[in-house]
Amino acid sequence: MLIRQASDIASGEITPKGIYLDRRRWMVGAGSLLAGALLPNAAGADVLANVKRGVVSLDDKPTSQEDATHYNNFYEFGTDKTDPARAAPGRLKTRPWTVTVGGECAKGGTVDVDELVRTSALEERIYRLRCVEGWSMVLPWNGVPLASVLKRFEPTSKARYVAFQTLDDAGQMPGLKLNGLFPWPYVEGLRMDEAMHPLSFLAVGLYGETLPAQNGAPIRLVVPWKYGFKSIKSIVKITFSETQPKTFWNMLAANEYGFYSNVNPEVDHPRWSQAKERRIGEFARRPTLMFNGYGDQVASLYAGMDLRANF
Amino acid sequence: MRRSSLLRLAVHALCALPLLWLGWAAFDGRLGANPIEAVVRFLGDWALRGLVLALAVTPLRRLTGWGRLASYRRMVGLWAFAYAALHLTAYVVLDQFFDWPAIGGEIVKHKFITAGMAAFLLLLPLAATSTSAMIRRLGAARWRRLHRAVYLAAPLAALHYVWMVKADIRQPLVYAAFLGVLLAVRMRFPRRSYAEE
Repeated sequence: MLIRQASDIASGEITPKGIYLDRRRWMVGAGSLLAGALLPNAAGADVLANVKRGVVSLDDKPTSQEDATHYNNFYEFGTDKTDPARAAPGRLKTRPWTVTVGGECAKGGTVDVDELVRTSALEERIYRLRCVEGWSMVLPWNGVPLASVLKRFEPTSKARYVAFQTLDDAGQMPGLKLNGLFPWPYVEGLRMDEAMHPLSFLAVGLYGETLPAQNGAPIRLVVPWKYGFKSIKSIVKITFSETQPKTFWNMLAANEYGFYSNVNPEVDHPRWSQAKERRIGEFARRPTLMFNGYGDQVASLYAGMDLRANF
Repeated sequence: MRRSSLLRLAVHALCALPLLWLGWAAFDGRLGANPIEAVVRFLGDWALRGLVLALAVTPLRRLTGWGRLASYRRMVGLWAFAYAALHLTAYVVLDQFFDWPAIGGEIVKHKFITAGMAAFLLLLPLAATSTSAMIRRLGAARWRRLHRAVYLAAPLAALHYVWMVKADIRQPLVYAAFLGVLLAVRMRFPRRSYAEE
């Protein structure tokens, strides 16, 4: 996989026919002159306008929209993978939504989510998603590079890590009532160079539509070379820090979920193998790729590191 | 006689119901985004439920004094084994697709698979000796001693489930609690005489 400019790619290559977005609907969306304008479609979801298509593309066939929006790990809405699609839409109030940015930066503050992503044009990026449980999907995200968002807050030289936090509201998130079981709120983190990597992405859409609640609306992280749980959903807080931040799954089971959690077929989860994965929609398991197939771009971030010790 | 064979048929039908539901759901495309995982888990759930049910028969019989119940215990136990065998088959065929090196690796390296395999291997001789002819051949006392292996197999099956889940162990703990209570009842009220059986 390589990062290509949209103009390098034949339109047939980036628009798998009829797979995830009806062409005419997209034309209507693109026809709107307002950047970021939303047009409701037949299903009631909002179509994103002016999305730069195929900024990062893949030959893999995207997962069906039905599967991608009905098989989710979002424990704030229940621990079964069918819970979020049932419990999140309607309950999670995604507007107005603000994100508070602070810590080691010059220009912290609380910013409206729509304002936050206005830093650059919305892009479509088709990424692999590999869950630590052994299944995977291929998803066409819409959003902006994380780096473009972070830079405007002017992180200082002390900012070595970025911490993220999910909304923590039991009124909207029934799963938060499982108090003794989990260390809420959900928190995640990246090293600064990982966060600034061009593949790190903040998504506000999926399949050309606004992000469904069960997929982490209104704004979520997407780090395609790491296990899915690193890609934190429904973000309300971003903090630059000098020290390595705590992460949710690491607090639950430090021997099973490391800070890095890079996809690595050679390092098993203590309780199951990571060598293969089931791509949702396929029968036979397929081999898992080092760094989820993004090694050419990201392996240098970990040069000289023992990936077995820093799992 | 006629009434009891009708009852037996009813118990068989009840035990087959989950399997029929699974077949229908698979045919109707109701197994969700990851149907293979759904099939494996569904069969595992019912194997565990069957084991709990089979182990509940004797305590229930003592509680209610309904002696007839005992004759359904073997049936329920065999159905539990059938679900366990289908669960294992689904894992080998659908989940791993006969990738024997991978399966071997899982059994050796990963404790939840080890526990599940051990539970199944313990159930195997019990299923094999479940016919009346086998009971006669072994003799009631030896047969009963052999079949005590279920008190090891069932907790191992529950442990297999506890170790499998990522974090939310509430459901596996429900099974473990049921088994704990049933075993405690057994230990608190041991069998008084063989004649009673």
